[in-house]
Amino acid sequence: MYQYDKFDQQMVDTRVAEFRDQVERRLAGKLTEDQFKPLRLMNGLYLQLHAYMLRVAIPYGTLSGAQMHVLADIADKYDRGYGHFTTRQNIQYNWIKLAEAPDLLEDLAKAEMHAIQTSGNCIRNISSDHFAGAAADEVADPRPYAELLRQWSSFHPEFSYLPRKFKFAVIASEEDRAAMRLHDIGIRIVKNDAGELGAAFYVGGGMGRTPMIAPLVRDFVPLDQLVTYAEACLRVYNRYGRRDNKYKARIKILVHELGKEEYTRQVEEEFALLLEQNIEPPIAELERIKMFFGDPAYDQDASSEIDRSDPDFALWVDTNTKAHKQPGYVSAVISLKPVGGIPGDATTAQMHLMGDLAARYSFDEARVTHTQNIVLPHVKISDLHALWTELDAAGLGTANLDQIGDIIACPGLDYCSLANARSIPIAQQISERFAKNGKGDTLGELKLKISGCINACGHHHAGHIGILGVDRKGVENYQLSLGGSEAEDTSLAKITGPGFDEAGIVDAVETAADVYLAAREGEERFIDTYRRIGMAPFKEALYG
Amino acid sequence: MKIITGNDLESGAVTWWNGQGWSLRVEDAADAGDSAEAILAREEAARRVNAGYIIEGEPGSDGHPRPAHVKDRIRGLGPTVRLDLTLKPGDEIAAREVI
Amino acid sequence: MVELLRLRKDETHSEAAVTVEAFLGRTNAGAVRIEPGEDGRELIPHLDRIRLVEVNFPVFGDGRGYSAARILREAGFTGEIRAVGDVLVDQIAYMRRCGFDAFAPDTPLNADDAKNALERWGEVYQPTTDGRRPIWAQRHE
Ligand code: HEM
Ligand code: SF4
Repeated sequence: MYQYDKFDQQMVDTRVAEFRDQVERRLAGKLTEDQFKPLRLMNGLYLQLHAYMLRVAIPYGTLSGAQMHVLADIADKYDRGYGHFTTRQNIQYNWIKLAEAPDLLEDLAKAEMHAIQTSGNCIRNISSDHFAGAAADEVADPRPYAELLRQWSSFHPEFSYLPRKFKFAVIASEEDRAAMRLHDIGIRIVKNDAGELGAAFYVGGGMGRTPMIAPLVRDFVPLDQLVTYAEACLRVYNRYGRRDNKYKARIKILVHELGKEEYTRQVEEEFALLLEQNIEPPIAELERIKMFFGDPAYDQDASSEIDRSDPDFALWVDTNTKAHKQPGYVSAVISLKPVGGIPGDATTAQMHLMGDLAARYSFDEARVTHTQNIVLPHVKISDLHALWTELDAAGLGTANLDQIGDIIACPGLDYCSLANARSIPIAQQISERFAKNGKGDTLGELKLKISGCINACGHHHAGHIGILGVDRKGVENYQLSLGGSEAEDTSLAKITGPGFDEAGIVDAVETAADVYLAAREGEERFIDTYRRIGMAPFKEALYG
Repeated sequence: MKIITGNDLESGAVTWWNGQGWSLRVEDAADAGDSAEAILAREEAARRVNAGYIIEGEPGSDGHPRPAHVKDRIRGLGPTVRLDLTLKPGDEIAAREVI
Repeated sequence: MVELLRLRKDETHSEAAVTVEAFLGRTNAGAVRIEPGEDGRELIPHLDRIRLVEVNFPVFGDGRGYSAARILREAGFTGEIRAVGDVLVDQIAYMRRCGFDAFAPDTPLNADDAKNALERWGEVYQPTTDGRRPIWAQRHE
């Protein structure tokens, strides 16, 4: 894992001091709320439906067991005993006091963490593959590149007042586990024919009210030009992105309106000029960062044998573990989606336990997934039963990864001031319904995603089944959509038709699931069947 | 019917204009009527409320003004999925009335 | 309170700045003002006779002026670049990194706050034309 040197530490410490000063000026009335808002947002502090909410960055979703403990301590000391892991691999606390926020940030900084640029119109926390460094199919560990970009984008003097927020994702495998093409810039680390590593740049994806899949803008940027190319992409956006309408201000609209060719031409022109400025860190810097991401000391003789006599355990192993590049190991996914629970929420005690388990069973490393779960990336197969036993006792052993119970849900109207409808109760009812009727396991992979408004924080556009909360004359209403995917076969879901009320949407999901079960052929997943048979049979069943 | 709501600057807690000052209880919300904007401007200038805004109210079952929109009623109560964290911990009736 | 904070030693250029359009149409102006949305690159052929570029920020959240200033510096401009308009003390450190060396906000700056803001960041991650050595360069001396 990356570790701060004195420079990195100094940067976050300076930021804490700066924010402390800004908070003091705000409390003393020297800054208006309008002036203070962008400053607090750049430190992850929102004013939400009930209180201040703080979003803490977990860069590329990687954290140590010790850092997990710090997140737990913060939930206790400054919040109300829990936190919410988000689709952007961050964690949010819902009940923060402004006057205490600088102390909280100071505690984070001591553990090499921060909330810098987790909001605001700047480059946000960079997300990545949650199996990075463990996946058998990656050409390289993507995280060193994400870390290089994290440093480049932190406190970037030119790009802190962009037209709108800006999100990067970096992956390094064909399989996309990070919704890469639904980001403002998606980077895939690739190998060219000569065996050299480089970066493919996809620019202009996003969700929100106009979802778009990012087109490929450059198929190979050499590694010693990565930062310069990103700078060129951003500069064209900062200069020409729309600022007249905040719903049209994301880079996806610029790329769309200019056309991919024209945007690319402008970037290449800017890139040529920037190359002369020598702004690229030397390859030695990338090498320095890579050193932190070396393989842990695997037991080379680890056995792959597994005692499957306990059926509950066997089920969990089958659903919640993923193949590892190292024989004798797997990546284990801890579901934060207990039946009827709040997707992504973890209590102080659960976070402490996960911190302990990371230390004991996964070389002190954990990951946050964009599906709001936690991964222990390097678990010895022979330790799995002991791990599962402890997880299960703490309500963390639900075996539902990528199934209908593994729902992504944004905070919705229970917490979010932008929401139109609640998301969490819908998630709870659906997971309970499918646990009770026993169809959850039968359905297999089925990605269900819920957003409480068109901002799409819950990725509903990219759900095999998506649910969007809307406001119908002051009453919560839910639109159903089908056919989205955020994997390598990225696609955007289509709305089925008129919306449903709270009870109706749960029934509608079951109806859609039944259509699939009746029509499925062979090993087809829900999304495969949908793609084969199309929307019509679903519509027919839903609206008759 | 107009209700004024905002937050306490330091704690972030949701507050409601009760006719004389700011209350944490949505039940105390007063109908500010045509004076709502003037009151809010004055209170913001005096820094007694942060990020205030005016919402529509309607008479509640007890006749007191209550927020007309479900969003503001949830704001008045707390998260419906964590009744233990609301201002009326564990009161399921309160939660049902909100929706 | 300071109306004009200048970080350069040469004499203040007092000529009123003209618009980019007026500048390109005239030959003798030495001061020009860039509005957001205008392409500062159009000035590049004439940099040797410009002494002052004002970059206007009608609202502080419109960050186009940061790119405008940096582009002029990258093109070798050594005259004054002055931020005018809705310029806040919490922004001037980044502005300076992008090449601004004078600030004349609508609301005058508090001198102490401005000094604090400019001195706060001892290290930087990115190189710009301000000559500061980025952290990565120091790591690989
Ligand atoms: C609770 C406070 C939150 C607020 C105020 C908020 C606000 C927003 C807004 C305004 C957008 C739309 C941006 C645009 O289209 O230009 C958005 C998008 C998004 N947010 Fe949130 N959000 C919140 C919480 C979350 C949470 C909890 C997550 C993760 C579960 C999240 C993840 C995302 C993602 C993934 C997108 C869509 C991707 C994109 O196009 O940017 N947000 N958010
Ligand atoms: S999708 Fe809407 S309701 Fe949900 S968190 Fe985002 S902004 Fe809030």
